[in-house]
Amino acid sequence: MKFVNFINQLDKRWIYLVVALVVIIPFVFPIGCPMRITPPVQSMYDYIDDSIPENGVLLIGVDYDPSTMAELHPMAKAMTAHAFYNNVRVIFVTMYPQGSGMAQDIIEKTLTYWNSANPDNQRELGRDVTLLAYVPGVSAVMLKMGEDIPETFNEDAYGNKIEDLPVMAGVNTYDDIDYMVELAGSAVVLSWLMYANGRYGLTMGIGTTAVSAAEYYSYLQSGQANGLLGGLKGAAEYEKLIAEHHGFEGRRDASVGMDAQSAAHVAILLLIILGNIAYFIKKKKEGR
Amino acid sequence: MFTRRTLPLLIAGFFGITTIIQFFVPHPVSKSYYNLVLDWMIIVTAFTYLMAVQSTVELHTTKIKRKVEGWQYSLIVLISLGLTAFIGVFGGAFVPSTFLMKLIPAFKPTSTSPLMYTYLYMQVPMQSTIFSLLAFYMASAAFRSFRARSFDATMLLVTAAIVTLGRVPLGEFIYKGFPEVVEWILKYPNMAAQRGILIGVQLGIIATSLKIILGIERKYLGGGK
Repeated sequence: MKFVNFINQLDKRWIYLVVALVVIIPFVFPIGCPMRITPPVQSMYDYIDDSIPENGVLLIGVDYDPSTMAELHPMAKAMTAHAFYNNVRVIFVTMYPQGSGMAQDIIEKTLTYWNSANPDNQRELGRDVTLLAYVPGVSAVMLKMGEDIPETFNEDAYGNKIEDLPVMAGVNTYDDIDYMVELAGSAVVLSWLMYANGRYGLTMGIGTTAVSAAEYYSYLQSGQANGLLGGLKGAAEYEKLIAEHHGFEGRRDASVGMDAQSAAHVAILLLIILGNIAYFIKKKKEGR
Repeated sequence: MFTRRTLPLLIAGFFGITTIIQFFVPHPVSKSYYNLVLDWMIIVTAFTYLMAVQSTVELHTTKIKRKVEGWQYSLIVLISLGLTAFIGVFGGAFVPSTFLMKLIPAFKPTSTSPLMYTYLYMQVPMQSTIFSLLAFYMASAAFRSFRARSFDATMLLVTAAIVTLGRVPLGEFIYKGFPEVVEWILKYPNMAAQRGILIGVQLGIIATSLKIILGIERKYLGGGK
């Protein structure tokens, strides 16, 4: 009964300490558990690898803010690097004011890595990658893009005219975009699916937080999205794919966090089991 | 009465009906009308930001004037709002503005703008930290309340345990089949429930939209009944 009372009256600060330790320790002593690639991640990777022609266009929707960047930022970085390996142009777009800062950060970090790792095959802002200016209106902007992209934005986020940018050459509507990956932890994914995919037939993939991933399996099965990266594991699987097939040697942010996430998940499960054992013992003792 | 209630209802009804008709008419006139409506939507949305700023300033100014509990935080909000707008307007959003580069020669076209600096080194760490605290609260809440009290609760508990383990590499290390089991759960039982909910929600959206267009639903106009 002493154990049961101890568990039932356990101070939450001990739980906080356990969570902190199981997250920090794997960063210092990594386990490196093996990881298999799940079909939704593989299909998105395959589409970008096989179906986008050289000099084609990949549109990446960065509709998240710093609160979910731990899961979504590694996806964006890995995908941008993947596009660079395949000589695919990358256009970033955002429907969130805060997404602009996120996209800017991805572009800067990926360009820095790429240009230092590939001095003979440099990538340039405005020629190979850009971020479209933030325009308020969400659904109206998505629909307007289907009619006329240069008219919707006029400029990129850095103040350059769309018609002066080599990366935007020939990109007028969704018909000129080969693939779009929407990265978000909110319902804005649904708007992209309804308007860009549903109305204009843009081929799409989704990258979302682990907690939201379950929501989008319906769209995966219906074919409205042809791939899905769910949370940090989805990002880690994608990093593994570009490392294995393209020799990506940059920092694998998601893979680094996998051990910590594994340990945290197991710790939470053990806590739940412990809580249930205490609950049943108490119930039995009380004769209920 | 006319400008506050009847006119907005007529505008909503007119644009609702004409936009639906437009969708089925592939004529250039219909197309240009559609583009015009989209442009208006974007412009109107931009103005809502001004209203948001006005509302924020008004709310916090009132709090400061009345010295309500925690009024100091309102002061911080207003100072941050003004300062961020100032450095954004005069310092440039992504790259330093020409004004800033003339004023402070240390800023080059390739430098990080002051606005981006505040975003990367203030907003990003603060927002990430607040969100990551959720892990601690979730662990504590799961420990205290996730009990197998009934058959339904047990089902939920078992499913959650499988998905939690199957979504991390350690789960795969313990049992190789975990990822397949998780995929099956997400693809079938989860999707069946999700799809039912989604269809219900979308039917509700259609019904509400029709009620707004036809002027039956008027709550969005405000002002009570």
